[in-house]
Amino acid sequence: LSLSRLTTKRLFSTSVDSEEMRKFQLLAHKWWDEEGEYSALHSMNDIRVPFIRDTLLNMSSNYHLGKPLAGVKILDVGCGGGLLSEPLGRLGASVTGIDPLEDNIRTADQHKSFDPVLAKRIQYKSSSLEEIVDESMETFDVIIASEVVEHVADLEMFIKCCSQVLKPEGSLFITTINKTQLSYVLGIVVAEKILGIVPEGTHEWEKFVSPEELERLLESNGFSVKTVNGMLYNPLSGSWSWMESRSVNYAVHAVRCGARGQSSLTDALSEMEREGPSAATGTAV
Amino acid sequence: TSAMMAAACGRGLLAPLGGRLRAGPRVPLRSVAAAAPLYDVVVSGGGMVGSAMAAVLGHDMHFHDKKIALLEAGPRKECDRVPDRYSNRVSSISPGSATLLSSFGAWDHVCSLRFKPFRRMQVWDACSEAMIVFEKDDLDDMGYIVENDVIMSALTKQLDAVADRVEVFYGSRAVGYTWPLPSHSCDTSPWVQIELADGRRLQTKLLIGADGHNSVVRKEAEIKNIEHRYDQSAVVATLHLSEATDNNVAWQRFLPSGPIALLPLSDTASSLVWSTSHEHASELLAMDEESFVDSINSAFWSNINHSDFIDTAGAMFRSAISLLKPSGTAVRQLPPSIAKVDPKSRAMFPLGMGHAAEYVQHRLALIGDAAHRVHPLAGQGVNLGFGDIACLAHHLSAAAFNGSDLGSLKHLLKFETQRQRHNVSLIAAIDVLKRLYSTRLAPLVLLRTWGLQATNALPPLKVRI
Repeated sequence: LSLSRLTTKRLFSTSVDSEEMRKFQLLAHKWWDEEGEYSALHSMNDIRVPFIRDTLLNMSSNYHLGKPLAGVKILDVGCGGGLLSEPLGRLGASVTGIDPLEDNIRTADQHKSFDPVLAKRIQYKSSSLEEIVDESMETFDVIIASEVVEHVADLEMFIKCCSQVLKPEGSLFITTINKTQLSYVLGIVVAEKILGIVPEGTHEWEKFVSPEELERLLESNGFSVKTVNGMLYNPLSGSWSWMESRSVNYAVHAVRCGARGQSSLTDALSEMEREGPSAATGTAV
Repeated sequence: TSAMMAAACGRGLLAPLGGRLRAGPRVPLRSVAAAAPLYDVVVSGGGMVGSAMAAVLGHDMHFHDKKIALLEAGPRKECDRVPDRYSNRVSSISPGSATLLSSFGAWDHVCSLRFKPFRRMQVWDACSEAMIVFEKDDLDDMGYIVENDVIMSALTKQLDAVADRVEVFYGSRAVGYTWPLPSHSCDTSPWVQIELADGRRLQTKLLIGADGHNSVVRKEAEIKNIEHRYDQSAVVATLHLSEATDNNVAWQRFLPSGPIALLPLSDTASSLVWSTSHEHASELLAMDEESFVDSINSAFWSNINHSDFIDTAGAMFRSAISLLKPSGTAVRQLPPSIAKVDPKSRAMFPLGMGHAAEYVQHRLALIGDAAHRVHPLAGQGVNLGFGDIACLAHHLSAAAFNGSDLGSLKHLLKFETQRQRHNVSLIAAIDVLKRLYSTRLAPLVLLRTWGLQATNALPPLKVRI
């Protein structure tokens, strides 16, 4: 019942915003210029890759020398030119990168083609998240939506799709921008209009989402939020660092709860009560 | 528009990399990339520094699945036992370099072959009584004198141990390098292309140039090199002492023609490194063994260059120091006298200094003598190279663990900044010392006499050296 409702909903709305697509179309060939329009995203790898890598290493007991993420299936949503997919591929993960813009996928495919190891480990597909849900139910160990949710039309549906495509206990990593006065000043006025760190018009303050709002959406859709960290970009050094405050940029790590997708202990307990006393003794929660 | 200007300014602040990206010849994609094997790192030059670099990376845990190649024009060098005769090419290995070598198991091999620790270094002037003594307070080893062949043998063994990761190409000389355009140009190969003399080709994500002071890698990369040929050659030989002694002191005396050094090899043997004019060096090589031994002893013992004026001035300064700092004047020890020289162990090679303007470019790093060349008077040459290795390996290891592109300028520039900061002042100081000690002119002799005595008396300055 709920599945067909979701399908109908998908026909009429999508998480992809066509306005946003147009903005990125113009820069589809500029992804891999480390000095160019995407330089801040390149240097963001210096903190987001270790964050993802260390979080996953802490959760698992296997360690392959030289390939810390071997055996991990990752979905990179909104992968752009593959800036984040490639380092994750180098660390041993099997990465699927999706992006609604065909030109981005073309750039990403071209760039990985020169390295035979990466070419095997990474697959790119021009697609939105909704379009792959049916064929990828509970397929991925990790989903990464880095600098994506601030461009998405329907955030709640986006999160629901993430939940369907993730394996139970799988991890979701999000990096995005907070909706505060400070993020307007620094993220739009300074970053776009004054210093030109981000191409003008890339972000709309209205679409920014606060960590509280994001946490609420995640928790009510079957996720348990484990970490929220603030991030700061220093335009002089061109580098990112972690910080206490989440008032500008921040990163979230959430885990998809159990097989039934229930997010609270009370729900599980009430289920048990309904099933009868015999079940209660047998089930461990 | 103002936005464009702002973009340009903003990027100007953020783009030290801009000048390093070449507009070199384009490499046609299909013809090359398909055939040539792709390596993560290729080290060009299999001397002590190149081999150690390849070995360090091969033993690094974050390089476990990476492919490394080492190109060496010469043949494989390894020995299970040391020959009875000492080799005439030796190096003074600092404790820091020894730590690096033991980090991947090479130092154990050195110890099992042959090496000589020394505890003290005495350096003095031929034109005065001024002297400076270096030793560690706790009687620890200050350094080790090791034959270069021994180091090479130890490195070869440790390369063998990681043969699944490091492929060594002996008898292979690289004749051409083709540099990639910066990575955002999509239709050409992003890797460095290497052509060997026998026609084989390799591709690599990072090329490390360790091919010595006449580096081909540096020349092909069109990196400017500040270089200067000294009007000096170094004469090396293996010497036998008149009597066996606790030979744990390194001796160096600054003659006007150049410094003469005696480095201990064992209780009965020492290695000679005598930097002098080209003519004198040729004479030393040509003369018979007895005259050669006499020249050495005379160089260490004779006071012919002293002048009364300097001696008095020096003595005055010394009494002044002993008033202010009683422990500031050390006991002068006497260097050993030489009885024999090993036949056929005499050799000479010309000296010079050099420093590359850049150590790195996109997908390229220079280490060792390819990046910097110094006078042997401070015994620093190979230690600077080992220092380069430790620094570069640290940055590459972190980059590998972050999944970064190994050839990316971002971390290569960090290596360059760190090493240039360390190397430039040392190289300049060595050059200044060389020039300062090449003269008999009284004012300069007085200056360096007092300078040496003062330095000897001041612990903080000595420790820094």
